[in-house]
Amino acid sequence: MAETFTARRDPLLHRLPVISHFRKSMGLQRGMLVTGIVLTAAFLLTAALAPLLSPYGFAERFDTQQPPSSAHWWGTTSGGYDVLSRVIWGTQTAVMVIVVAVVLSIFLGVAVGLISGYFGGRLDQILVVVADAVYAFPTLLLAIVMSIAISHGQSSLLGGILSAGISITVVFIPQYFRVIRAETIRLKAEPFVESAQVLGASAFRIMRRHIFKNATRTLPLIFTLNASEAILTLAGLGFLGFGIEPTSAAEWGYDLNKALSDTTAGIWWTGVFPGMAIVLTVLGMTLVGESMNDLNDPRLRGRRRAGRTSQPANPAGDESARDKVTP
Amino acid sequence: MTAMIDAPPAEEDGLLPKKSASGGGLGKYIVIRFFLIFPTIFILVTMVFFLMRITGDPITAALGGRLPPDQLAVRIHEAGYDQPLILQYLHYLGQIATGDFGRTISDNVKVTDMLTTYGTATLELAVNALFVALLIDIPLGMIAAHRRDKGPDAVLRIFAILGYATPVFFVGLLLKLVFSVGLDWLPVAGRADIVNEIELNSLSSTTGIYWLDAIRSGNTAALGDVIAHAVLPAVTLGLLVGGVFLRLVRTNVIGTLGKDYVEAGRSRGVSEYRLVTKHAYKPALIPIITVMGLQIATLLGGAVLTESTFGWKGLGFQLAHYVTARDFVAVQGIVMLLAVIVALSNFIVDIIAALIDPRVRY
Repeated sequence: MAETFTARRDPLLHRLPVISHFRKSMGLQRGMLVTGIVLTAAFLLTAALAPLLSPYGFAERFDTQQPPSSAHWWGTTSGGYDVLSRVIWGTQTAVMVIVVAVVLSIFLGVAVGLISGYFGGRLDQILVVVADAVYAFPTLLLAIVMSIAISHGQSSLLGGILSAGISITVVFIPQYFRVIRAETIRLKAEPFVESAQVLGASAFRIMRRHIFKNATRTLPLIFTLNASEAILTLAGLGFLGFGIEPTSAAEWGYDLNKALSDTTAGIWWTGVFPGMAIVLTVLGMTLVGESMNDLNDPRLRGRRRAGRTSQPANPAGDESARDKVTP
Repeated sequence: MTAMIDAPPAEEDGLLPKKSASGGGLGKYIVIRFFLIFPTIFILVTMVFFLMRITGDPITAALGGRLPPDQLAVRIHEAGYDQPLILQYLHYLGQIATGDFGRTISDNVKVTDMLTTYGTATLELAVNALFVALLIDIPLGMIAAHRRDKGPDAVLRIFAILGYATPVFFVGLLLKLVFSVGLDWLPVAGRADIVNEIELNSLSSTTGIYWLDAIRSGNTAALGDVIAHAVLPAVTLGLLVGGVFLRLVRTNVIGTLGKDYVEAGRSRGVSEYRLVTKHAYKPALIPIITVMGLQIATLLGGAVLTESTFGWKGLGFQLAHYVTARDFVAVQGIVMLLAVIVALSNFIVDIIAALIDPRVRY
């Protein structure tokens, strides 16, 4: 592992997930990564600055189905809401759901995965079967069942965000569980864990000190991919009528559902803008995740010339990667 | 919706069936794999049951506020929803073991009847979509692999990522805007025009799959109409699953193109076209069968959204309808059926994989 060796001399900043990937990237891959970072940053900034950016409140009503004009840049919906404002406020809802969903599922998935992988035995077997069963099930259906259980399909702002977040969590836990469990089982056989056991360290301490840090290296990657899935699931739930009430928060899936009946009348602006918001947000996070995935795998990573510190001057860099085709 | 990572080999091992420790032939493997279906279905049934009941009984959910409390109480008692949850659960297990899923609350039909009526529509949509996905994306994946890291490959990769990033219902909405409203080429929604729908449903023996019925009755006008209605939903759903196929074909063909036997073929003067279509293509298809099984879940989830977008009266359309009506008995029935379909199709796929690739049998 020459890489960890060199990494020790890098300043902390360069070892942070996305930044270290940026430093490793080049050419087309760097372009993808940068596009992803820009889109994601725009999404986060919009969410943070929503009150400043948005011309109106998300629940303010105007004349219905107005085409885009100077007063309403992106027109108004059949419910009389300003499309631009709802798209902007929608970023906040999306961020909140991502935070709830991803934090919960990382926390639970990692904890259960560590315990299951480390102790093994009957408990492990049961958890694996359960996780596999849940994993094989259509995400959206599980989320529907969960949100019925949590809020009976009712939807205040907090209730809606929590139920969407938790529904998505349940879907993701098996994924984190699988990854962490597999890593834990591999690490359990490593000499440094055995020596800790010989020294009499408690199981909790070994999991916390020795396994946790090593097993969670792939998490940033899963995080970005799941964040984008969380947005898609939230939009899907909203589209099917599990969304948050339009007066409680702006949610893109709900708006798209309402826009569906507009299409036959040729009204495009109520659907196209929230839809594009979803696409760009998911695209941004997927590009970051994809690039990180490629950059983590030396076989997929575009190469610079020999020597890690040299400039990325080799325009045929991806040629060398081609020779290292996945076996 | 599967993650977009090119599945690393380790992941694929995890997707394959659980390995029994002892060796054994194909027969033993099939038996073991078959019995693994039951815990999966049992877990899902249990989970769905308790989740749906955790916040109250279905009758209050569906009719609460519309019936006076005393009538509500009578109906709850009649349906047995005032018993302890665990008794209800055992009762429910007994019911579904005999194939009885109860009656829907909102429109009082047998859940099993509802499932068969609308299930065929969903089946038709799923088959159409798979057809579109395989027809478009396998050749595209081979092109991407052949022209790796060149222009076409980059375009196709962006296409695949965009396909993943766009929700099905937004794809559907855009297609509708362009092809139904803008260009007026294809119908906006539904499975057929009213006249044809009535005619097809009144046939003496119907399969419920409209194009099949239209062919069998020799009604070419209806067939054309049914196909016109089927195009947009099939393309919408096909794009969702197709992106995954494209990536998979690309990755696998790239893998096999690097194999020694392909190099050997090349050195003997086999054409590049033949190398891709014959030599590298077939071994690359084995993982696709496995992934196709996993895609069934994506397909069904996507079908729910596609059906709602296009007013395609299948299980997903009904699911959204019953969800709005808070008819949780019906919702539970649909969810259960889809769970069973997923479990069974995973089983079948594992068996096919074992038949093709002896290494899978442990």
